[in-house]
Amino acid sequence: MSNPIPIMQIDPLAQPRVDYRGYLSKKEITAIEHECALYESRPAAAIDALQIVQGERRWISDESLYAIADMLGMSAAELEGIATFYNLIYRQPVGEHVIHLCNSISCWLHDFKIIADHLRKSLNIEFGQTTSDGKVTLLPNVCLGCCDKAPALMLDGDLVENLDIASIDKLLKELSGGKDA
Amino acid sequence: MPKPMNMNHSQPLSTHLDLANPQNLKAYQSTGGHEGFTNALKMQPQEVQQQVTDSKLKGRGGAGFSTGMKWSFVPMGEQAPKNKYLVCNADEMEPGTFKDRWLMEGSPHLLIEGMMIAAYAIGANVAYIFLRGEYRLCATRLQQAIDEAQAAGLLGNNINGSHFSLQLHLHTSAGRYICGEETALINALEGKRANPRAKPPFPQVVGLFGRPTIVNNCETLCNLPCILKNGAQWYTQLSSGGDTGSKIYGISGRVKNAGLWERPMGTTAGEILTLAGGMQNGLTLRGWLPGGASTDFLLPEHLDVPMEYDAIAKAGSRMGTGLIIALDDRHCPVGMILNLLQFFAQESCGWCTPCRDGLPWAVEILTRIEVGQGSQDDIDALQKLCSFMWLGKTFCALAPGAVEPLRSGMKYFADDFQQHIDHKGCPHRH
Repeated sequence: MSNPIPIMQIDPLAQPRVDYRGYLSKKEITAIEHECALYESRPAAAIDALQIVQGERRWISDESLYAIADMLGMSAAELEGIATFYNLIYRQPVGEHVIHLCNSISCWLHDFKIIADHLRKSLNIEFGQTTSDGKVTLLPNVCLGCCDKAPALMLDGDLVENLDIASIDKLLKELSGGKDA
Repeated sequence: MPKPMNMNHSQPLSTHLDLANPQNLKAYQSTGGHEGFTNALKMQPQEVQQQVTDSKLKGRGGAGFSTGMKWSFVPMGEQAPKNKYLVCNADEMEPGTFKDRWLMEGSPHLLIEGMMIAAYAIGANVAYIFLRGEYRLCATRLQQAIDEAQAAGLLGNNINGSHFSLQLHLHTSAGRYICGEETALINALEGKRANPRAKPPFPQVVGLFGRPTIVNNCETLCNLPCILKNGAQWYTQLSSGGDTGSKIYGISGRVKNAGLWERPMGTTAGEILTLAGGMQNGLTLRGWLPGGASTDFLLPEHLDVPMEYDAIAKAGSRMGTGLIIALDDRHCPVGMILNLLQFFAQESCGWCTPCRDGLPWAVEILTRIEVGQGSQDDIDALQKLCSFMWLGKTFCALAPGAVEPLRSGMKYFADDFQQHIDHKGCPHRH
C-alpha cells in the first residue's frame, strides 16, 4: 500500500491537567475526601465534589473541572459529561444571586409566564443571562415540588412561593439592597 | 361506585408529621416510632420480607410493583454477596408531585426507620438517600435526623446489640429528572452520567457498584414502619378496595386549596377534589392527570374511579404518584400538553434516538399548532410519534411516559386541536 490512511494518535495524557493540591483549598479537599469515603469508588463523589467547589466559587470553571477530575482520578471529559448533565451545576459564571423560576405544569396552570415576563423586564435580561452589574442570574427550573404553592421560584436555594407581581417587586428590591429596582 | 368517605381511617404515614417543627428522635420514639424496626429485628430477614409481601404493599414511585416481590430477587443467605445496597429514591422530579418532600420535611425519622427495616430485610449494610438537589430543607432535616440516629446507636455497627449494622448516607443530586429511573439513579450514584442501564441484569442482582441493590421510593419506605409495627393483616385492612394500605394523595392546579392528604388506598379523585374545596370560583374541571406529568389524561366523568393501580389502569391511565393535576376550562389543553412535552424533551438523557429526537419533534409540532400554524398533517405526525416513542421502542420509560398525556390529550381534546388548526390560533387566547 503506497498511501496508507494516517491513523490519528490520541495521547491520553495530552489533556490539560490541573494538580488539585495546588488549586483546591484545604477546606474543599477535606470536604471532598469526606464524600469519597462514603462510596466504593472515588468518581462516585463527582456530584458532591462539583457542588462543594461550586459552593465556594459560585461556578465550575475549566480549571476547577480539571482539578476535581485530578482529585477523583477520572478523566476531565467524563466529569464534564456529568457537570453539564445537571441543572444545578453552573459551568458559566453566575451572578451573586441565582433565581430558578419553575416552568412546569402546576406553575404553568398558575400563569407563571406573567411572572417570567415580569422578571425578564425588571431585570432586563433573558433566561440564562446575568444582569450587567453581576447581581442576578435568571434560570428556568423544572418542577420545584411545591405545586400547592404555585407559582414558585428558588432564590439561592431557598423557595419563594405563591408568587405575584408584588412579591417579585419586593424580592428584587431586597436583592438590590433596598434601593428601587 | 363512589365509596363513602371514611373519616375514621388511620394515617400511619402522617401521624408523626410536623412540617414546622419535625419530631426529634426522642419525640418520634415516644409516639410509637421505631416499634416497627424493633419488631423486625426480632424476626429473620426473610420473615420481614414475607410480612411486606403479605401486606401487598406496592411501590409508590409510580410503577406500582409489589415491594415484597421486588425484594425477593435479592440473593439471600450464606452464599449471597457480602456487600448489598439499599437506596431510597427521593429524586422527586415528576411535575405535579410533592409528596416525598412533605414526608421528608415533616417526618424524617419515619423514612430512616423505613430504610432500617428495608436494609435489614434484604441484608444491606450500606444505604443511601438519593435526594434531589432542590430539596434543601429536606437535606438539612434528614442529615440532622441521621446524625441523631447515629448518636443514639440506631445507625452504625451492631444496632441495638444485634448483628445488624447499617451505614446511612445522604446523597444530594443536582437536578435531572432521569435520575429518578432506578438504573440511571445507580449510574448517577456511581459518579457516571445518569443514562439508564440495560435490564437484565436487574439491580437486585447487579446494581450499585455491581452489588445487589434495592431502590425503593421514599413513600414506599415510609410505609414499612407501620406494617412491621401492626402486621400485614392490619395494613391490608386500611383500605377497602383492590390495593392495600394508606396513600399520600394530592392535587394541584386551579383548585381552591391545593395540597396533600393521607387517605386509604382507593380514595376517588372526586373525594380528593372535594378535600381541596373544588375548583376555583368560575372554573370548571376539564380533565386531570392522576399521578404526575407522565400519566394519561382522564375526564370529569372518571372522578368516581378509585385511585388505585388497577382501577385507574382500567379507566385508561396510570395511578403514577397519585398526585392529581387538574386542568380547568380557562387553560388550553394543547398548551398544557406542550408544557408537559417541553419538560420531557428537556429532561431526555439523549441516550436513545426515539426519545432524543422524537420529543423535540413533538414539541416543535405542538408549538406550531398552539400558535395557529398547524395543519392536519401535524396531527397525523403527532399520532405517528406516539407510536415511535411507545414502550419497547425506547431504552427506558421516559418517552412512553411523555406519550401518555399526548395520546390521551389528543383523544379527549381532539376538538381543541381541530379548533387551533381551523381558526389558526389558540381559542383560549383572547
